Amino acid sequence: MAEKMALTGNDSAAYALKQINPDVVAAYPITPQTELMHKFAAYVADGEVVTEFVPVESEHSAMSAVVGASLAGARACTATSANGLALMWEILYIAASCRCPIVMPVVNRALSAPINIHCDHSDTMGARDTSWLQIYSENCQEAYDNAIQAVRIAEHPDVMLPVMVCLDGFILSHTLEGLEVNDDETVRNFIGEFERSDKLLNVEDPQTFGMFSLQNYYFEFKKQQADAMENAPAVVEQIGREYGKLTGREYGLLDPYRCEDADVIVVGLGSTMGTAKQAADDLRDQEGLKCGVLKIRCFRPFPGEQIRQALQGAAVAGIMDRAISFGLGGPLFHETRSARYGDDAPMMNFIYGLGGRDLSLDDAKDVFRALAEAKESGDFEPAVRYVGLRE
Amino acid sequence: MATTNLKKLSDMPDLLSGGHAACPGCAGPVAIRQILLAAQQDDTYVVASIATGCMEVGTTIYPNSAWRIPLIHNAFENSAATISGVEAAYRSLKKQGKLDKKIAFIAFGGDGGTYDIGLQSLSGALERGHNFTYVCYDNEAYMNTGIQRSGATPKGAFTTTAPAGVVEPGKRQVKKDLTAIVAAHGIPYVAQASPHRARDLMNKVQKAVGIEGPCFINVLSPCPRGWRYAPDQTMQIAKLAVDTCVWPLYEIEDGKLTINYKPREKKPMQEWLKSQGRFRHLFSPKNEYLIEEIQQDIDRKWEKLLALEAMGAGESG
Repeated sequence: MAEKMALTGNDSAAYALKQINPDVVAAYPITPQTELMHKFAAYVADGEVVTEFVPVESEHSAMSAVVGASLAGARACTATSANGLALMWEILYIAASCRCPIVMPVVNRALSAPINIHCDHSDTMGARDTSWLQIYSENCQEAYDNAIQAVRIAEHPDVMLPVMVCLDGFILSHTLEGLEVNDDETVRNFIGEFERSDKLLNVEDPQTFGMFSLQNYYFEFKKQQADAMENAPAVVEQIGREYGKLTGREYGLLDPYRCEDADVIVVGLGSTMGTAKQAADDLRDQEGLKCGVLKIRCFRPFPGEQIRQALQGAAVAGIMDRAISFGLGGPLFHETRSARYGDDAPMMNFIYGLGGRDLSLDDAKDVFRALAEAKESGDFEPAVRYVGLRE
Repeated sequence: MATTNLKKLSDMPDLLSGGHAACPGCAGPVAIRQILLAAQQDDTYVVASIATGCMEVGTTIYPNSAWRIPLIHNAFENSAATISGVEAAYRSLKKQGKLDKKIAFIAFGGDGGTYDIGLQSLSGALERGHNFTYVCYDNEAYMNTGIQRSGATPKGAFTTTAPAGVVEPGKRQVKKDLTAIVAAHGIPYVAQASPHRARDLMNKVQKAVGIEGPCFINVLSPCPRGWRYAPDQTMQIAKLAVDTCVWPLYEIEDGKLTINYKPREKKPMQEWLKSQGRFRHLFSPKNEYLIEEIQQDIDRKWEKLLALEAMGAGESG
């Protein structure tokens, strides 16, 4: 039986972890992820999970320990933010390359310096080449639903790669929301048992994991990873449909909102898409602007072809980036533009919200208006604009 | 009943096979073979992690592995963190009834991966009390990457990043006392050992594996390439390290320190330094003062060890 609960983003991810009931969780505290792990540690302390909780001395060790646990044959999870994710960097690649289906909520936060605890996507955007899947959440309900689906996606035999479940720091992690949670049994049945054939703890068939491999084999391992990423979109969609049948909340790679007849479409990730949807509704009602929103749920693998198709009817698309790839621009913008190679498709890049700077409803409306003006005038310059930046 | 009877052990299959790519005369595989034979007996299986380094690179060249036990290599600085996760997985799966084997966990690391870059991860794993034994094979420099200085490199030694030159005499700093640092964690068992005294090393391994909680064994691992001596001299060099008290064999069990071997006549530092090319420059007139300094350092540490043993203490190393 589904149940209504009021949970913050951190609570909702922790509740999902409780229901996933991983064999091992290793984690290190960092704002704004802290409360997620407080909650989970309390579940451990109250015996509500079977999990062996390893309160490590750093995020580097957190990721190292969950790699060890996962290869041992355990279902393993962790969670982090920003600098913690950066400290894991080396092992993020190893986790993916060793095909460890680890699930990790990442509570998005700006990377230092200056040190800042609030939301942007510089942390996970920096990790976009690590061979982890990245699924972004618009609200606490999605953070909860995504965490549960992530287990199935990660452990799917066609994928066997780790998944980051991204949720915006403070905006979601510390905001109370009414959401619907599944009962424990539903989750247990949905995710099933984790079983890997090549586990380290299979002592009667000793194997070596994490071997040394040079020019003669390394390349083939990487191709297998690339293939697994290619397989992932279909798996994300399949699991999203299955989850939809179970809960009434279906998920895909993208979440288009009023895009069918839209002239101008805003593309982006995470909680900002909720604001953008409201702005689109308001502008349609009040100013007659045909606005649409294309929320990217699955950023890795990048659903380029699906995005290209979703944007085909739009006269202009505005790509919202809460991160900068320094020397290039907004990462989502550049990837979207690549996906639309060959299309006659004007695009503008809006960089916003770094270090937690708020994107208000008015700001979101201004983005739509700027797109509409550019469409009218045919002048799309400057193609990169900073929203809410103090001049 | 676990045995350290050498005759019996010689009939048991090696758990680290030959054919690996370690250098001739490397003490590492000798020590690892002894350790695995000692640990995996009766109904106990061994599962190990290993830090990036000579032993990992030389024994796990895909698609071949010299290891006949399950082994995980993750990265350089995280052998202890990795085994923490493996051991946690074991506890979790065992309590859920998904696993019934008795497994001893060993984390291996060289001195670079243990004294230096992996010290934090080691300290964390010791403090958390995982049931595992950490074995450092200490060859006193970053040998795998080309003989660079580490925290374990002794004073006066030539390395490629602290070379002896016109104005520099090699490494100026003393060797970090990692065994004492580990002992300060108050874990149940800490020891120093050497592969030339196989039975002592294997006894220590069996003690460590039999104890619930984190244990640590620091094993001297002479390196012909880095220390500059002939490959057939490895065990003699190891013996000399112990006979000069450069590498005392001792153990600290529940806080009580015992010296396992006291040379009847402590051999002079000169003999140790002369045996290896890495110290050759110390015998030039401008560096000779260091020999006396090194002798004093070693004497002081040995006296302290004797005093700690007499006190029945050891945690402050």
